[in-house]
Amino acid sequence: MHLGLDEPVRECQYNPICTRNSSSMETSGHKKKRTPRRKWQIFPGRNRFYCNGRVMMARQTGVFYLTLILIMVTSGLFFAFDCPFLASNLTPAIPVIGGVLFVFVLGMLFRASFSDPGVLPRATPDEAADLERQIDASNGPSGPGYRPPPRIREVVINGQTVKLKYCFTCKIFRPPRASHCSLCDNCVERFDHHCPWVGNCVGKRNYRFFYLFILSLSFLTVFIFAFVITHDPTGQASSAHSKTALPDILSLGESVLVCFFSVWSIMGLSGFHTYLISSNQTTNEDIKGSWSTKRAKDNYNPYSYGNILTNCCAALCGPLPPSLIDRRGFIQPDTPQPVSHSNGSCMYNSTQLQSHMCDQEHCIQSTKFVLQAAATPLLHSDPVMMGGEGPTLPGKSSLGGPCASLTPSQPSLPSSMPGLGCAGDMLTLRDPDTHCHHHHFVSPEETPSPGPMPLTLPCPAHMTHGGHMNPAQLYDPASQDSLHEDSVRGLVKLSSV
Amino acid sequence: MAEAHNLQDLQHQAAVASKVYVQRDYNSGTICRFQTKFPSELEARVDRQQFEETMQTLNNLYAEAEKIGGKSYLEGCLACMTAYTIFLCMETHYEKVLKKIARFIKEQNEKIYAPLGLLLTDPIERGLRVVSFTVPEAHTNKGCFPNATIIPLYVPWALVKSSAL
Repeated sequence: MHLGLDEPVRECQYNPICTRNSSSMETSGHKKKRTPRRKWQIFPGRNRFYCNGRVMMARQTGVFYLTLILIMVTSGLFFAFDCPFLASNLTPAIPVIGGVLFVFVLGMLFRASFSDPGVLPRATPDEAADLERQIDASNGPSGPGYRPPPRIREVVINGQTVKLKYCFTCKIFRPPRASHCSLCDNCVERFDHHCPWVGNCVGKRNYRFFYLFILSLSFLTVFIFAFVITHDPTGQASSAHSKTALPDILSLGESVLVCFFSVWSIMGLSGFHTYLISSNQTTNEDIKGSWSTKRAKDNYNPYSYGNILTNCCAALCGPLPPSLIDRRGFIQPDTPQPVSHSNGSCMYNSTQLQSHMCDQEHCIQSTKFVLQAAATPLLHSDPVMMGGEGPTLPGKSSLGGPCASLTPSQPSLPSSMPGLGCAGDMLTLRDPDTHCHHHHFVSPEETPSPGPMPLTLPCPAHMTHGGHMNPAQLYDPASQDSLHEDSVRGLVKLSSV
Repeated sequence: MAEAHNLQDLQHQAAVASKVYVQRDYNSGTICRFQTKFPSELEARVDRQQFEETMQTLNNLYAEAEKIGGKSYLEGCLACMTAYTIFLCMETHYEKVLKKIARFIKEQNEKIYAPLGLLLTDPIERGLRVVSFTVPEAHTNKGCFPNATIIPLYVPWALVKSSAL
């Protein structure tokens, strides 16, 4: 038997620097004719991206367009019908100030709507596995049918005990003040609220823009309201019998109506957020009463700096943290990415899976190849069937393993394209609903075991969480050679025992 | 199957033992700070003091990035007055410090961790969740296949045997 396996073995051998030259095996196999993909294209949350990842919004943006239309129509009518009179009769500074305010409002609105609110990227499969191990170690073994207690860690911040909850979707322990937005399906740092008017979550990175938007908008509405009242076209129209009487009246009516309601609602909101900023609280915390003395006598906000001015400065003028999700970055072959089946991004998974190779995962996959190669002649099954699984049980149970490890647990979401979520299982999947249900069944929230457990031959892909790349490899002729080599090597080892 | 469960455990260990994660330390609040507790998996690999020094320097750099003081206020006010368009021309202070951190990590890898066979990854690549040390497998003969992957070969062999009967 040819044991000239040193080259592949050396490639596979762990070398911390070899990530730079790691991908020769896979790049030779996968001729990249397609353009490299950017990370936003495989983003697991329910967001929409525009301008090649520069703009990030929530999925439902209808109300945002309404906001935009209201602002633009009201301001447009003001500039068209009232400003000429005001500029000539009072001072030209009025339209100028109005214009500046209008531009500032739109600028802040766009900044709040289009920027990343502070989304926390989901844990990579390795990190999730490491956390699961730590949780298991601390919880101890659990029997079948036992639901583990909620995963909570306690930290003491400035003398206050804060509970950090484990997010089952993102597979991380949420930092303090972070919360998972169910609409966007992301964990957001310093989560304030999800604002439909702005079409985005409001969190750590865009809270100041949101605040400045509502503050400047309240100034703008008061400004327009005041000057619309000042300039009364009805008197002019009736005296001058102007042809523009009706549009002027309509304009007045619209402006008064919008401004009246806006003044009370927007000003109220600005006032509320001014209070929140000065006490360094989020809307979420205020609504829950996290730091209210009604909960406990010695309850206080551990994040407050003690005085109003410092709190305001910290919120509005503090350093602007960078986006953690790097949406415009290119998907690197050696970077593990969390896989998701939501948001229609699953169609890119096959590319992602082909391109996400890591040296240690090479080794693990080679192990799998050995298993598969050894088992293939026995069962005469399609190699694709064994993507990530033992060959013994096709169907639900065998599909559940890698699938559960591939996709983050989202039991509340019906998966629209479950088959594509596990690239390797695309061909084996006969019943997407079955897969979905099975995935649901094995989600960590619902099973007593800490992670998804395949019911058949243990699947290295499952346990390593990196093996989801493996099925894609099966289509690659170059890897078939390595499969044979590895299987030969494996058999040689067996025979030597 | 008993062999199947052993296989799972071993593979699980093989999979996760290859990376050591240092989690965030939230005891000081929401600021970016990593735990300086020395992980047991690195006992044999790196000097404790060296590890703590690296982590402490990283924490100090992140503290510098997030520092609220005169300079950050000035930057914030200037940005507000220009409707944040100034960031089209210049980098934020945070971004400048992140570049400094990237250089520091590269230097640490080159000087200290690569000779020990470890790779320290920049936490920004992991969303500032963890600092990860990639550790080579400890029990390999040829450096690629750990013991855990040799044992699974018994399983298909068992299948071969059982199906042949």
